[in-house]
Amino acid sequence: MEGDREKEGVKEKKKSERSDELADVTLESGIKVKPVYGPDDTKDINFDQEIGQPGQFPFTRGIHPFMYRKRPWTMRQYSGFGTAKETNERFKWLLEQGQTALNVAFDLPTQMGLDSDDPMAEEEVGRVGMAIDTLEDLEEAFVDIPIDRISTSLTINPVASVMLAMYLVVAEKQGIPWEKVRGTTQNDILKEYIGRGTWIFPVAPSIRLIGDMVEFCSEHVPKFNPFSVCGYHIRESGATPVQEMAYAFEIAITYIDEVLSRGLDIDSFAGRIAFNFDIHGNLWEQVAKFRAGRRLWAKILKERFGAQNPRSMLLRMIAGGGGGGLTVQQPESNIVRGAYYALISALSGTQTMALCSYDEAYTIPSKKAALISLRTMQILADEMGLTDTVDPLGGSYYIEWLTKKMEQKIIECMKQVEDFGGMIKAVESGYIQGEVSRQAYIREKKIQSGEIPKIGVNKYVMEEEIADVELHPFNPQVTSEQKRKLDEIKAKRNASDVHEALQGLRVAAESQDNVMPHLLQAVKSDATLGEITQVFKGVFGEFKEPVGL
Amino acid sequence: MNDTSSEKRIRVVIAKPGLDGHDTGAKVVAHALKDAGMEVIYTGLHRSIEDIVKTALEEDADVIGMSIYSGAHLPLSKKLMDQLKDKGLSEKLVLIGGNIPQRDIKTLSDYGVAGVFSTGSRLEEIVKFIKERTKA
Repeated sequence: MEGDREKEGVKEKKKSERSDELADVTLESGIKVKPVYGPDDTKDINFDQEIGQPGQFPFTRGIHPFMYRKRPWTMRQYSGFGTAKETNERFKWLLEQGQTALNVAFDLPTQMGLDSDDPMAEEEVGRVGMAIDTLEDLEEAFVDIPIDRISTSLTINPVASVMLAMYLVVAEKQGIPWEKVRGTTQNDILKEYIGRGTWIFPVAPSIRLIGDMVEFCSEHVPKFNPFSVCGYHIRESGATPVQEMAYAFEIAITYIDEVLSRGLDIDSFAGRIAFNFDIHGNLWEQVAKFRAGRRLWAKILKERFGAQNPRSMLLRMIAGGGGGGLTVQQPESNIVRGAYYALISALSGTQTMALCSYDEAYTIPSKKAALISLRTMQILADEMGLTDTVDPLGGSYYIEWLTKKMEQKIIECMKQVEDFGGMIKAVESGYIQGEVSRQAYIREKKIQSGEIPKIGVNKYVMEEEIADVELHPFNPQVTSEQKRKLDEIKAKRNASDVHEALQGLRVAAESQDNVMPHLLQAVKSDATLGEITQVFKGVFGEFKEPVGL
Repeated sequence: MNDTSSEKRIRVVIAKPGLDGHDTGAKVVAHALKDAGMEVIYTGLHRSIEDIVKTALEEDADVIGMSIYSGAHLPLSKKLMDQLKDKGLSEKLVLIGGNIPQRDIKTLSDYGVAGVFSTGSRLEEIVKFIKERTKA
């Protein structure tokens, strides 16, 4: 017996020496991985030109020379629910716990430009974020929060221009000059058509609104990022990591083209472009994805758009979440996944980190879950040495080889979109939606067959009473409270001011004029978000969704 | 297997009610049902319950699958079942999918929902369920 086992051991050892007998490893992006890498795999990569120093073109290793050694990543958990007042309390609590920036969740009616008393808003007011109907709501959300020192990310898209106008008036009322206002509106409408689904207007006028905001901010709010391109939701909708980057870049290029068509100089706004990316999946593939992405984005800005200022070439990003990787089964395992995602983000050189909380497969994060996420990032920054040195995986044979491969794949995928006629056409026709939903189906089948292992789902499955996690309670009183406030404001505001402001907005929307000054006027007159959106709908119409299967 | 499927394919309306834009699950199920030989009509996003009932009627659907991730599944499903009853369409097989907590399944079935397939459900189980329950 003993001898048999030894023999078997010997046999196994011999087997493992033959690489052709090992199981194939293919990454989601379709790249085959060898069991071992060495100098031969990186001999074609020119270190100075392709990798270089952090903070220097092409920024493969990071966008700043000293990265986290100088300043750790910003920690910005997504939060917001119910009324502005409740959200304000949660914001202050998060800041007290050491969070360094805010990431605002709005409820679906707000994201869709509907007032809380709209019939379509029924059952949704305050459910997945806070409800904003008028300027007063946003003011309440930021009471006692110094918005010149805390940068805020407003997660809103088709009506981002309205929210920016409200935010700027809040700043004004707090006595903060616009030059000091720091923050981001997500404002990436193209990805909304692909995934996430909060779109209202057709593609062309939606992109025009983004152009208006960029133009306005570059002149008046220089520290504000008017849009953040979200590969994140594209990946969450099923895209591979390569598609995530390629589609995000094609989207960003579309916005850049829009702004350039207005005669702005690339270097006057490109430095404010931000990205939001996904983390879940294979660790090395993600790290290589970001290193490749940084290099490629820098080249695109320099070579395609002729940017001169190195700041224009930087791929600034928020990363850390990956809701698609979390599981409903054994939900506490998501705490561990979240920690690994945080590690991947740090190894990838992200500027801002926002983790998915362990209950995020079900709900907006509970207080407990949000705190665990925040502590995860803090432990990583303070205890684990992740901030000691820049791009610690740089120079690894495998990582450099894979970075190169990912870059090539992303370029190929971008070419497919451009051959199709560009992102606008690809989205209007449903081409991208179809590509992404097909990929989602393939991935789901692979998970269900076990080809993509998912612990607790298709491996190490436990007979478990799927315990309901603590759902964020929906409070129907939020609706009545919002309706009461709306009635009150409508009764006390000056109706002719509102009418005049909305009329001015309509005229601007119909012409080529920038809508931002008119939006500022409208929100100051206490026109509601819903009324403003109606004006846009009247002028622009609504998006007709292609089937996209 | 039985050949009746080739005579009349099972017609399924996959619907996204309300404002919730999470359509990946709905689209994945649509692909799976198509692969299983069913006729799938996808409503697209932001549909009202009235729109969905109208589509089901116009398309002569055997099955309505509604996908909800926002947490509003109880009121939306209630509304759907009530309107189907009003229109005399109670025989339609209604499935609810999405982010549905365990504790709400009983309530949904009390409303008359035939099956609840929350996140993580197996695609072949959805297919099997529909095939079994639509057998004449």
